Amino acid sequence: MILFFVLVPVLSALAALFIRSNKLRRALLVTTGAIHLGLVITSFFVETAELFDGWLVFDAPGRLFLSITSFLFFMASMYAVNYLARDSRHHHGSATSEFTLRFFEFSREAVFTTCMLLFLSTMSLVTISHHLGLLWVAMEATTLASAPLIYFHRNNFSLEATWKYLLICSVGIGLALFGNMLLLVACPADGSGPMHLMLNSFIDDASLLQPQWLKMAFIFFIVGYGTKMGLAPLHTWLPDAHSEAPSFVSALLSGALLNCAFLGILRIHQICIAAGLAYFSQELFRIFGMGSLFFAAVFIIKQKDYKRMLAYSSVEHMGIIALGVGLGGEAVFGSMLHAVNHSLTKGMLFMVAGNILAFYGTRSTDDVVGVYKRLWFSGLLWTMGFFAITGTPPFGLFISEFIILKNAFISGYFITAAFYLILLSVIFIAMGVIFLNMVQGSPHEPKDAKPHVLFRERFFSVFPPAVLCALTLVLGVYIPDFLRDALATAAKSFGG
Amino acid sequence: MEELRELAMVLLMLINMLLLVSSRIRYCIRLVAIQGFLVGIVPVIAAGSSPEISVFLTAVSAIAVKCVLLPILLSRSQITADVRREVDPFVSYSASIIIGIICLVLSFWMADKLPVMERNVSPVAVPGAIFTILIGLFLIVSRRIALTQVLGYLVFENGIYLFGGALLLENSFVVELGILLDVFVLVFVMGIAVFHISHEFNHINTDRLSSLSDWIDDENVSEEAGK
Repeated sequence: MILFFVLVPVLSALAALFIRSNKLRRALLVTTGAIHLGLVITSFFVETAELFDGWLVFDAPGRLFLSITSFLFFMASMYAVNYLARDSRHHHGSATSEFTLRFFEFSREAVFTTCMLLFLSTMSLVTISHHLGLLWVAMEATTLASAPLIYFHRNNFSLEATWKYLLICSVGIGLALFGNMLLLVACPADGSGPMHLMLNSFIDDASLLQPQWLKMAFIFFIVGYGTKMGLAPLHTWLPDAHSEAPSFVSALLSGALLNCAFLGILRIHQICIAAGLAYFSQELFRIFGMGSLFFAAVFIIKQKDYKRMLAYSSVEHMGIIALGVGLGGEAVFGSMLHAVNHSLTKGMLFMVAGNILAFYGTRSTDDVVGVYKRLWFSGLLWTMGFFAITGTPPFGLFISEFIILKNAFISGYFITAAFYLILLSVIFIAMGVIFLNMVQGSPHEPKDAKPHVLFRERFFSVFPPAVLCALTLVLGVYIPDFLRDALATAAKSFGG
Repeated sequence: MEELRELAMVLLMLINMLLLVSSRIRYCIRLVAIQGFLVGIVPVIAAGSSPEISVFLTAVSAIAVKCVLLPILLSRSQITADVRREVDPFVSYSASIIIGIICLVLSFWMADKLPVMERNVSPVAVPGAIFTILIGLFLIVSRRIALTQVLGYLVFENGIYLFGGALLLENSFVVELGILLDVFVLVFVMGIAVFHISHEFNHINTDRLSSLSDWIDDENVSEEAGK
């Protein structure tokens, strides 16, 4: 059962490589997304056994993060249909083959679809692996699978973004491997300690570990996987990759990949909690969390590129999630809820940004005016998205940000809480200026006569963001019981 | 065996220093190849008189990748990209050597501060590994040409591998994982060969140095965002 989460996308990735028809391939992409989501939903009802002596285990946090990933992927794959169709119309004639392997020619789109499905598969592997080495391999594989996605547009800018992404993330991955080694050094040398790199065994025998080495290992993990997660000041690849990638890929990177990287850090946090070092790891989470909030606030102010703005907003929200885990107690529940809400909201915003970009043909906030008049539905969603992402009631992010704030006060972190509020309001104002300037006003007629033809709001380009928007609105008003349970059990593993 | 182990470590450190001052890329590739060999052989020496067969296998595959495969690919892409020298690094060579010495001192100091290890390790193993990691990271950030950055990454990765190997962690699957890091190097080399990334994006468009950055003035940004 667990293996299907990984195998289904891999098999259809292989199939996608050899399918000639574009339409069929797009259908396959959406179908795979649907099947994957169906499997994840089934897993809520069916007990799943562990596989390969506990290398693959499906536990509560894994299930939560896999659900987010799978749902977002399904939405993104629907959005992709329209995007890819438009792109192939646009590049008609120049659609040369990507590379040739003996008798087969792979088109650019085939390679792209394959990588996207592999990306889903590797992210699923991250959520279910309970062997820290396997987790590390899966994390490395997500980087490799997603790099071609960022290089979709084939220009110097996307090449630079991809190169930066690979170089920075691979250093991060290297440091995480060093963390794995330090974790082994922390084990007693006579072999009485935990079994090699098995997460559960580490949690059970955490008291045997040498605390100093464990602390060092945690530092390397939070720096290594934190690079991937986009914690400031290690976030430098993130704005470039998010702004250059196709919009639904940015949605996946932001809503799914960053969460998966966070799960990697949380796994080590579990060991630290079991070893009685929770105070240490939580402090680091708080420091990195507040740092990310600060960096994001600085860079969002007067940001001239709306996709970069969204990317920095991801840094901000990753900071909030880390802060919540760092505060402990009920705030961890808030963090988990925040992860869900952030993925939904950011997914929607990136997709709407994709619509705006396709229509206006520019990512500059100065040149985009009067979205309401041009694309009324996207304009509406963009405005709603602004209120949602800044944590305004009645949207879901408000609830989770509020829970975290409340717990900051309860646990006595008054200065942290004060800075948290100040930075959030700075971000609210800065984003408000950008968002509202874009939707309002009337566009200059002669200027956008050309891009007008390129893009119309079709069903698949507005339906996925609309669903995501509706869901985050619902979560702000009412959290269903099954989700509450899932969040609470997940939070329990991380000191909640 | 003890002397051999220490000798390998000292050689590694010397290679690190040499890498800091050499501008000829061919020479750097050769140095990294020798380093790859030393790093691969250290676990075998460290395992003592009767190493297990798995240790041998790991060592052979590590040497095959780090000392043979990657250097060959790197020299090939060096020819394709047609870069011979790193002429103008971000940090000059004389400053590099000073930073190298500082790194060396730092790594011995750090190794000294580390908590007691319950393992029998050579006294220079841990500082050697830390030094190699630091030099690798320094090379990545201080060099302009993509190929030397990749060499820096390879050195960084050798350091991590060395740490695992010297500390006898080999029967725990983690050292083997280290070889997987080379996949990244492979991808980088491909990037250089296929997409002709020779400088880190400065020469592609010299009038907009590092175009994806938030530190430039407003006019540039709006112009580029439109692209």
